[in-house]
Formats: sequence, structure tokens, C-alpha cells
Amino acid sequence: MDILDLTITQLHDGFVKKQFTSVEVTKAYLDNIKKTDSEIGAYLSVTEDLALAQAKKADKIIASKKDFPSLTGVPCSIKDAILVEGEKCTAGSKMLENYIAPYDATVIKNLKNNGAVILGKTNMDPFGFGSSTENSAFKVTKNPHDKTRVAGGSSGGSAASIAANEACYALGEDTGGSIRQPSSFCGVVGLKPTYGAVSRHGVFAYGSSLDQIGPMAKTVEDAKIIFKVIFGKDPLDATSVDYKFSNQESSMKGMRIGVPKEYFAKGLDPEVEKIIKNAINRAKENGAKIVDISLPNLKFALACYYVIAPSEASANLARFDGIKYGLSEQAGKDLLDVYVKSRGKGFGAEEKRRIMIGTYALSSGYYDAYYKKAEEVRQLIKQDFQNVFEKVDVIFCPVSPVPAFKIGEKADDPLLMYLADIYTISLNLAGLPGLSLPAGKIDKLPVGLQIIGNYFEENKILSVAGLMEKMLL
Amino acid sequence: MISKEEVLGIAKLARLELSEKEVEKMQKDLSSILDYFNLLKKAPKFTKGKQEDKTQIETTTREDKIIEKPASLANNLVQSAPDTQERYIKVKNIF
Repeated sequence: MDILDLTITQLHDGFVKKQFTSVEVTKAYLDNIKKTDSEIGAYLSVTEDLALAQAKKADKIIASKKDFPSLTGVPCSIKDAILVEGEKCTAGSKMLENYIAPYDATVIKNLKNNGAVILGKTNMDPFGFGSSTENSAFKVTKNPHDKTRVAGGSSGGSAASIAANEACYALGEDTGGSIRQPSSFCGVVGLKPTYGAVSRHGVFAYGSSLDQIGPMAKTVEDAKIIFKVIFGKDPLDATSVDYKFSNQESSMKGMRIGVPKEYFAKGLDPEVEKIIKNAINRAKENGAKIVDISLPNLKFALACYYVIAPSEASANLARFDGIKYGLSEQAGKDLLDVYVKSRGKGFGAEEKRRIMIGTYALSSGYYDAYYKKAEEVRQLIKQDFQNVFEKVDVIFCPVSPVPAFKIGEKADDPLLMYLADIYTISLNLAGLPGLSLPAGKIDKLPVGLQIIGNYFEENKILSVAGLMEKMLL
Repeated sequence: MISKEEVLGIAKLARLELSEKEVEKMQKDLSSILDYFNLLKKAPKFTKGKQEDKTQIETTTREDKIIEKPASLANNLVQSAPDTQERYIKVKNIF
């Protein structure tokens, strides 16, 4: 038995039975990071001192208590957009290269209250702007299944850290697919919760009407454990809502699974299609009712998203002014010079591109044609999903039209890169929850099945995903 | 293709310094992305359906009272600023 292969549940069991200590497990992970991460590039910083201190604390709790939370002593990685007090938090951008987090994000507080061990901060596209981590100001994360390929993005470091046995689980953040797509590429389970399910306090904002933090893990059961620790109302995030997680388990018998025809159209890799269709067939064999559905406005989702997300991003990134925190360029004669030069120097190509698109779309004269129109189209997309969820319990479709692509393949064409998000962004626009479940492989490249549920029905998604996980083993 | 002047105008609004080369690349990239946005014109008009909106976010306000926070938090926040003097953040002249 290799300690690094164990899930959260198995590690917890081992702690209960005193088979190993959290310090031993943490050291095993830290050793493996030292051995393999120079090749993978999952981490931007390894928080060794913090991890060992937390592990020692966890071991005391484990030794003295009969009952302790499932996450106690279990080592995890955190996307570098999320603040961990006293540790560097770069959000993958040069703008924040030397920024030290002044406080803990609410999700981090929750993890710490549960005795979590934080191994480090993972690589990402700056502020979440990208689908491959190639935009990171620091390095490209390699896919552990094939190091010539991307790990996906923007939470590519988080996904790769799990797939490379450099963390037992991770937190990611999803604005247009940033949890689900790297999970699909790296063969791990990733959940993007309903908008409002998890507090975003202490996370660098990208698109405030789209962003959600979620768990990434080896198994569905693990993802559920993490989700139950992080969801809920937070007075520090006005968009977070109070909601009760139902533990009710679903059965495949009679489950109405919607299959949207628009997801199986031109552009879908036939090998990916085969794997997803196989998963749908397995569900059918086990008693599920497959319902053909249509989301007619899906074809506008990508254009809609790439108006709304950069618009919100351009507003959110206005806070980086070289005055309050982050990179500052003091040469120049006045305050305006500090703003303009600090931003010019601190932001990379993709950050600049999105700020420019957003500023353009929001500027007087263009606002109605772009932003207002996109908000209207967003309502159409939302309505499509609401109509469909009157007829089905969950939706099955691919996470990405293709498996992990080659490093550099799409790096020079921003529009081609944006198209990588085509199957995931509609959920963020609608605010719906979705999960990526490993469903098969093309040679050595994992392919994820996307399971979409109705608002605040994470329990149903996780339950169905748990059933599918067993069927697809 | 959008003009150089237009790019510089937006960059000014965005408080963003761009190099000569960046302006050129931005002209090209922005043009192709904005062309793609034209797809939205083909979308039908939105009319409100019968469904209730389950994502409805309510405006929340909190009581107007002082919440005690540890002094270390304020210190941490001020310390993050690039240029400080005692507990103040220093800025350059506005003009």
C-alpha cells in the first residue's frame, strides 16, 4: 500500500486505526513534491513549515479525540487565487509576485477549523484567465498523464497536484470551467457548486457574477466531504446563501438523465463522444431514463461569456493601482503615472487583453450593443436550462470537446483558446452546479463526464456521480 | 480592424500602459474577438417565462456597527502597500 494513493476516507480510517500519523503522511507528500514537481510544475509555492505545523497539531487532535473531522490531518493543495494568511498569494500574476496574504479566505478558515494540512499553493492562469495554465506568469503545469500536454486551466495546478500524487485533494475556483476542465484533463473529480453555495471571501475576484470555489479530489466521496466543509452562508460574501445539504442518496432506477443534442455537435472529438455515450448507456442499463433535450441558445454562450467575464474582470482588476498592494512602479511624475506604469508592468498579455475587451464592452456607446445584449442572452441560456430541468433530474454531457491538448497548440490564438471552454461556461452563466467525473481514457488521456444538476442540488449530482463512478470502474 | 487610436483610447480608460508592439497585437486580437461577439446579434429577444428564479440574490445589508477585528489585520493590510510611512499609505501628487 502506498500512502500517497489513499483517499481522504482511507487516510481518515488509517488515522483512526493509528496505522500512520499525519506528520508521516505530510512528509510523504512533501517528499514526493520535491521529487516530482520540478517536472510537473503544479505548485507555485510549497508551504512546508505551515504543513508540518498543521500536521503536528492534527496528530494531537487524532491522539486525544475519538471523533475528529474527516479532513483532519489530510494534506491538500490550494489554488493560488485563494488567500492563506502569511503565505504568498500570486493568483498566477506578476502583479502579485511578492504579495503575502493578510488574512485567510473563508474557505481556508473552514478547512483549518477541520484540521486540514495545507501543502502549498498551486499554479493557475493569472486571475483565472485561461484554459491551460500557459498564461501563468511563472510556469506551465504539465499534465501528469502526458507531460507534453497541458493540465487544463485555470485550476491546472490543483488538478495536476492530485493526479501526480502531490496532494490528496485540492481547492479550485471555476468562472468558466476552471475546476471541471482541468479535472477532466487530469482524470480527477471536480465540482463547481451552484452560484452562492460557497463563500468567495478572500479569493481574487475574476467575474463576480460567475466565480465559485469548489473541491477537486480523487473520488466523488472525497469531493462530497470537502464540499460539506466549505458550503454555506458567510456574512463576508453577500452573494453566499444559506442552504441545507440533503444526504439523501439517489437511485439510478427511474433517474431522468437529459442529453442535450447541442453538446454532441460538430467539433466534438469522436473518441470523447464514444466515452460519454458509453457512460450514458451504462446509466440506461442500470435503469435510468434517457431524455433527448435541447438547449437552443447554447450557441450564443461563448460570445455571451466573453463579453460578461472580461467586463467584470476589467472592473475587478481596477483595484490593482500600484498603491494599495501588488507590484508598484514609482518612476514617473504623478499618481496617474503610478497607475498606468504599475498596471502596464504587472499585468501579462492575457490580463491586458481581458481588461481591454471589458473596458471596450463597458464604454459609453458600446455598452448596449455588447454588455446589455450579453446580459439578455444570459437570461435566454438560463431559461433554456430551467425549461429542461422541468423534465429531467440531471444532464449528462462532455466537459471538453477534446482531451488534454499539446502545450503551445493554442497559445498564440486567444479565440481558439476561448473555444476550449465551450461546454462548461453555460453553467457559470446560468449559475448551475456541475461535476467532472473521470469516465474513460483515450490511450493515456483521461476524459471527463459532466454531470449538471439543478440549483442547489449538489447532493443529487454527487449521488449520481457516486453511482456512475462504481459503474465505470 | 480597430484602429490604433481606438486601442490607445481604451487603454487610457483602462489606465494601462501598452508598448508599441502590444498596441499592434491588441488591434488584431480585439478585432477578431469583437467580430465573434457579433454572433450575439442573432440571438432572439428575451421574454420572461413563468419559471421562478431560484438564483435570486437578495440585497443584504448589515447593521451599522463597529465589528472588532484584531489590530494585526489592519497592520497586515497596511504592510501590503508598496510605500508606507508609519501607519499611512504614501501616494504621489495628483497633479
